[in-house]
Amino acid sequence: MIAHTVFFYIFSLIAIVSAVMVTVSKNTVHSVFFLILDFISISCLFIMIGAEFLGMIMLIVYVGAVAVLFLFVVMMLNVAEQKGQWFSSRWDGGTHIPVGLLVSLIIFFELIIVIGGWKYKPDLLNSLSINISTDVTNTRSIGNVLYTDYIHLFQISGMILLVAMIGAIVLTYRERAGVKRQSYVKQISRERDEGVDLVEAERNKGVKIDA
Amino acid sequence: MLSIGLGHYLTLAAIIFTIGVVGIFLNRKNVIVILMSIELILLAVNINLVAFSIFINDLSGQIFTLFILTVAAAEAAIGLAIIVVYFRNSDTIRVEEIKNLKG
Repeated sequence: MIAHTVFFYIFSLIAIVSAVMVTVSKNTVHSVFFLILDFISISCLFIMIGAEFLGMIMLIVYVGAVAVLFLFVVMMLNVAEQKGQWFSSRWDGGTHIPVGLLVSLIIFFELIIVIGGWKYKPDLLNSLSINISTDVTNTRSIGNVLYTDYIHLFQISGMILLVAMIGAIVLTYRERAGVKRQSYVKQISRERDEGVDLVEAERNKGVKIDA
Repeated sequence: MLSIGLGHYLTLAAIIFTIGVVGIFLNRKNVIVILMSIELILLAVNINLVAFSIFINDLSGQIFTLFILTVAAAEAAIGLAIIVVYFRNSDTIRVEEIKNLKG
């Protein structure tokens, strides 16, 4: 129990500090690294609390795919000239900083008030649909539900990923001038008439091509 | 204080959510950091859902988290693609210079 508490505080401290560093870091690459650290510590929390499958999926999807995508884009775009600027603003001289801090402080205290006054409805536990059973692993119980009760949502989320993939490709695709490409339509729709030319050859004169 | 309950996780999620919101409000550096702040906010939502799912013993929260992960990945891919296209067209992703919409 003590170990659980200690690890919770360690991981959440790392998560909070790295989340702060994501937003205040002067270098965008450092922000991405702190984002990765944040995801890793939160997934450690998930594994600790008993949602192992989600913790591992977080590691694979966020750290392995999304964060690397961020790094890749930061590398591809030239953001190096923006190093060393910390919330600086050329026009309004930084008046947005106190206002933004005030608004987000209000948001934070509203959230804390909501959490502090939280009470369960007494009949909440009776209305549950899917109980977590302790004799099956977390992955197996998620699979049991995901592929039966939530199969339509699962397939729709696959469609969302497909649409996102197509959208990203379409957005970033560009036609370059001067690149010779194969045209399948042109190749397949060639007829005999345009491909073959029958020429009556005169004796002792030969045939002139492309005359 | 010693035993970790639902409130601890909710507070952690609230803190990370607020940090993400602060990142969106205060950032004038580049759009990529704003996208990362959005990822932080989604992460906070995921913490909430998983914590509730464990503490009231209902698996639906974890399923929802899975779908949020899907949507977050799709959103990151599309957002980064838009940023790449914008950078190609206008050679900058500084937030204060993106004012084609006069916002």
